[in-house]
Amino acid sequence: MIGLLLAIQAGIRWQDSDLWYALPLIVAISLVYAATRHERMRAILLHAGHTALWILGFMAAIFVLLILVSWFQ
Amino acid sequence: MGSIVPESQPAASEEVVVLKDPALAAFLAWLIPGLGHWYQGRRPKAVLYFLCILGTFLLGVYLGGDRQVGWGRTVYFSWRDNDDRLAYLCQIGVGVPAWPALLQANRMANHEKFFAHGFMAPPRLPNTVLPEYPNADQPPTLSELHLKLNRFFELGTAFTMIGGLLNILAIYDAWGGPVTYRPKKEEKPEKDEETPSGTTDKGRTKS
Repeated sequence: MIGLLLAIQAGIRWQDSDLWYALPLIVAISLVYAATRHERMRAILLHAGHTALWILGFMAAIFVLLILVSWFQ
Repeated sequence: MGSIVPESQPAASEEVVVLKDPALAAFLAWLIPGLGHWYQGRRPKAVLYFLCILGTFLLGVYLGGDRQVGWGRTVYFSWRDNDDRLAYLCQIGVGVPAWPALLQANRMANHEKFFAHGFMAPPRLPNTVLPEYPNADQPPTLSELHLKLNRFFELGTAFTMIGGLLNILAIYDAWGGPVTYRPKKEEKPEKDEETPSGTTDKGRTKS
């Protein structure tokens, strides 16, 4: 919970963050990866959405972990 | 022709992928992202690969340069002492868009001036002077590029490397088709196992 609050607090400064550069990468990587596994556009988009959410979730987990580590430092 | 096409008429749920000449398609896919798929008639995927891969690469080219030091300074070929540009091994995966770096490296080796204001030109080695340039207008060294571009040098390098690596996935897709695709010949004999959706694998609705 503390980590979540800190993450929200840190989120205020996200407009200045380099994390925004990850967004085009996540979109491109998800779409290309999905396109190598399906032929139809609908299946590609569904798979890409799932992959993008997985990457974002992984990044969020690492983000909260780092905030917790910095909190207890 | 080395295409993978099912011999018999496929069911409605199956996807037919006509690869035409896979080797030629793979080569075209390397030259320009999506070109191999365009040749195969897989137009939507061709557009998707073109936009995603080339967009990522060009964004990296944009981030890794400015008017002062020149554009595209994160994409360069160098195999000199203390400056082995291993990142280019990934960047060349994007094909023709990374070729100017080879031309610029060749010009540097021949002591000729760079074209296009040093676009994708290799940096000058420290403590060296390029005789083809006046002293006040020497090209930047790698340290100067890092200093002037700051974190954008690394960002541009990462974007262009990822663009090149993504195109390797696209090249494989042009050569062999989607990873989950199974040619008709290799399919095992059908069994009457039930699928989660309540249909059999023969396409009949379970009663």
